[in-house]
Amino acid sequence: MTLELRGVAKEVGGQVWIHPADLTLAPGSMNILLGPTLSGKTTLMRLMAGLDQPSAGRILWQGRDVTGQRVQDRGVAMVYQQFINYPSMTVYDNIASPLRLQRVARAEIDARVRQTAEMMRLTPMLDRRPLELSGGQQQRTALARALVKGAGLVLLDEPLANLDYKLREELRAEIPRIFEASGAIFVYATTEPEEALLLGGNTATLWEGRVTQFGPTPQVYRAPQDAVTARVFSDPPMNFKRIEVKGGEALLETARWPVDVPDGRYAAGFRAPHLTLEQSPRAVPLSARLDATEITGAETYLHLLHGEDRWVGLVPGVRRLPTGAPLTVWLDPAHVYLFDEGGRLARAAPYARAA
Amino acid sequence: MDKPVNNRAWFLVLPVLVLVAFSAVIPLMTVVNYSVQDTFGNNQFFWNGLGWFQEVLESDRIHAALGRQLLFSAIILAIEIPLGIFIALNMPKRGFWASLVLVLMALPLLIPWNVVGTIWQVFGRVDIGLLGHTLAALGVDYNYVNDPLDAWATIIVMDVWHWTSLVALLCYAGLQSIPDAYYQAARIDQASRWGVFRFIELPKMSGVLLIAVLLRFMDSFMIYTEPFVVTGGGPGNATTFLSIDLVKMAIGQFDLGPAAAFSLIYFLVILLISWVFYTVMTAQRDLP
Amino acid sequence: MARITLDNLAHSYSPAPKGDADWALKPMSLTWRDGGAYALLGSSGCGKTTLLNIISGLLRPSRGRVLFGDRDVTDLPTAARNIAQVFQFPVVYDTMTVRQNLAFPLKNLGLPAAQIAARVDAVARMIGMEETLDRRARGLTADAKQKISLGRGMVRQDVNAILFDEPLTVIDPQMKWELRTQLKALHREFGHTMIYVTHDQTEALTFADEVVVMSEGRVVQAGTPQSLFDTPAHTFVGYFIGSPGMNLLDAEVRGTSARVAGTTLQLARAYAPWKGRVQIGIRPDAVRPATEGLPFRLIRAEDVGHHRILRGEVAGASFNLVLPEDEPIPAGFDRVALDPARIGVFVDDWRIEPLERAA
Repeated sequence: MTLELRGVAKEVGGQVWIHPADLTLAPGSMNILLGPTLSGKTTLMRLMAGLDQPSAGRILWQGRDVTGQRVQDRGVAMVYQQFINYPSMTVYDNIASPLRLQRVARAEIDARVRQTAEMMRLTPMLDRRPLELSGGQQQRTALARALVKGAGLVLLDEPLANLDYKLREELRAEIPRIFEASGAIFVYATTEPEEALLLGGNTATLWEGRVTQFGPTPQVYRAPQDAVTARVFSDPPMNFKRIEVKGGEALLETARWPVDVPDGRYAAGFRAPHLTLEQSPRAVPLSARLDATEITGAETYLHLLHGEDRWVGLVPGVRRLPTGAPLTVWLDPAHVYLFDEGGRLARAAPYARAA
Repeated sequence: MDKPVNNRAWFLVLPVLVLVAFSAVIPLMTVVNYSVQDTFGNNQFFWNGLGWFQEVLESDRIHAALGRQLLFSAIILAIEIPLGIFIALNMPKRGFWASLVLVLMALPLLIPWNVVGTIWQVFGRVDIGLLGHTLAALGVDYNYVNDPLDAWATIIVMDVWHWTSLVALLCYAGLQSIPDAYYQAARIDQASRWGVFRFIELPKMSGVLLIAVLLRFMDSFMIYTEPFVVTGGGPGNATTFLSIDLVKMAIGQFDLGPAAAFSLIYFLVILLISWVFYTVMTAQRDLP
Repeated sequence: MARITLDNLAHSYSPAPKGDADWALKPMSLTWRDGGAYALLGSSGCGKTTLLNIISGLLRPSRGRVLFGDRDVTDLPTAARNIAQVFQFPVVYDTMTVRQNLAFPLKNLGLPAAQIAARVDAVARMIGMEETLDRRARGLTADAKQKISLGRGMVRQDVNAILFDEPLTVIDPQMKWELRTQLKALHREFGHTMIYVTHDQTEALTFADEVVVMSEGRVVQAGTPQSLFDTPAHTFVGYFIGSPGMNLLDAEVRGTSARVAGTTLQLARAYAPWKGRVQIGIRPDAVRPATEGLPFRLIRAEDVGHHRILRGEVAGASFNLVLPEDEPIPAGFDRVALDPARIGVFVDDWRIEPLERAA
């Protein structure tokens, strides 16, 4: 089972919602749509599901053109941010409802409902009604209803956004396990880079209706093709600095290091965890000013001012440092990406190339 | 480009189109047909052009009826909208009392127009009606049959009794959709009761209020049954509203041509005033 | 501005509470100093919103008192408490412009127009909305509306406290950074007492000087982010703080040694013998892959960017460790070593202190 989008675009009232996008979702793959609110994640999902029709391009399911086909005929399941269940039915009946609509035999319904409930750890709650359950259990019920159909394509639109942090963490760890067991193509929309990384699979980054990159999640994270992708896929946001390359060397403050790009102006980008307080063999010193610190218990975020730029650093341990004071931070050039003036990646961070 | 548009969906609209054609378009066309012709019975028709329209537009009798009608609708709106809002604001929000009040409020809406008219016709009679009799006993000179002012008062009170519930229920629904956080925020911002109404409740009610105003305007502007039952348009012509006049003209005098022209003008006036209400009430919403 | 004291406070939504379960808030006493930044952290239904509503006066506690400074405000209505609050979902006055929204609390106080204008301009600058001041609030994005709500919370200078009820729920991750940084800057600049309610540990820990962790209507621990992380008082705190949470293993503790799954581990300090369920707890970042130590079965490795989470099992209990980004995963390792200095001992879920001196 493969889902293929060929030049799919969506325009509404003269406004471009989705720029032409090409995506091929492999059989049994987990695919993440990562982007901020209104970047087009939901629109793209609705197009994949067939809830909306593209204004251009075609959608192929197992090589067959399904553009314009009704949702009901497509074998699609969808889970939304809000926990949508039938409030008057028990969990069992909720999970069974799509199978009853398909007129599956009673014995088979029972078997499939119990199997799915077991997988979603809902077996003890089968006789309860959704409103008697916690948010996490309600959303698991909705997930079970999506999975029980055996749909080839399961679309999850920020399914964990309305859940508590800790519950979210637990379900995030569970979803890859469930997904491996089901064999369907999963599409999972999220605004959080960390969620994308935890779920693994492939990631498509979206920005203002454009798919900026699609590939294996760690690869998109470590080798973003442009500054926009890097920004979307960094939390805290990626730090940037305008620098100059002269005679094969990058110049940043007093530091210089060799780079294999033509001379000119570039934006150097590096992520928060790669700024350190300790000197390491290859690192270069940067003098910034400490604006604020935030302590997470295990780590400390440093909010830095470097000239006009705001940077965020993440260092291990609890650091109590005087705010407002100058602070020298260290940066290993192996962690620095260079983007050209058009925002395209000119030079990947060497550490990522090695990985 | 293969546009994935499925035209079969239009067939689903067909029954509605047929229904609307029979219930609205065809009768309307008949009226248009009558309005430009004259007849002396026996199904003989003569082309009369815009003559009837001119006659209706210049008729003092219709001018007077229109004046009464506008005054009546203005009074109805001026009383029922604020009163409905006031009642909605003071209805219990949840619990047993909320359900009870909702049922009580809905009761008048369930009574047919002619029954409402009859109830009030009896209720207001000086000889046997509770209201009329009590007022007379209190020494109030009340008689809706002879006194135009009393007749108006009776019809207005009756309409307010009958229809304020509708406004109140609509506003109540609008109020129920306001999340508690808004009220809490207002308390924290130390807003006055008026501030809460002006900046939270009124804006959130604006949608339903538009519906309420339009419904009450159209209904009151077309009022027929109740005054017909209670006062029959009298005393004199004091409560002869447009629709009563129209029926007198069409059925009482069998002046089909002028009545048809009158109907069309009536229809256009309602459309025009509704449009004005709609435009004025939604204008604020579309500001940047 | 004022110190806030919660004196033996408890609340039940039922008029005649019977069992423990009827109390949404179990008796608690806390003091928050003037100008501090505090967070109430817990999962939904833990009572944190109830507590916040009691402080803001939207709810009257069944028992106990709330004091602002030395003044008992338990019976004062919200409007008389002089506090500001920012809600989970943006609350803006739709028909007003951004400027009118920000000015509203000041107008209600009857301040002179010039003073209001100056204050509104200052707040607009802080929340970065000078450009949109004369736009109507209706039709702005959720981010912008929430910024207005934050601004309205900030606009009065004399408030006793500013309360935040999960204010960043509807905000994109990138914007969360910006707004949180702004909040901290505002706190530094004005020194208001701030109370921040959230279920998100990152938000709580990064925002607050002191975090109050709540579970099932009870305050489980109140302390600095560091103490919650290093020395959780309860296994719930160990689990709730940190991602993934603390690893917990049943153990037999005797003096300076702990027996877990047939293996003996060395502890840094000695413990007296205890009755009850004894567990040892250790953070995933204090565990290393090793060739000897506790038997470990690796199930999944997750790449989370700047570190990796290795999920697995020790003696049937789930057990995670965290490795830095640049450290390779040793092939086929089946043991883990625990840093003795960072092992905590819990009896019936509560942390116990070691003996003063190694026995």
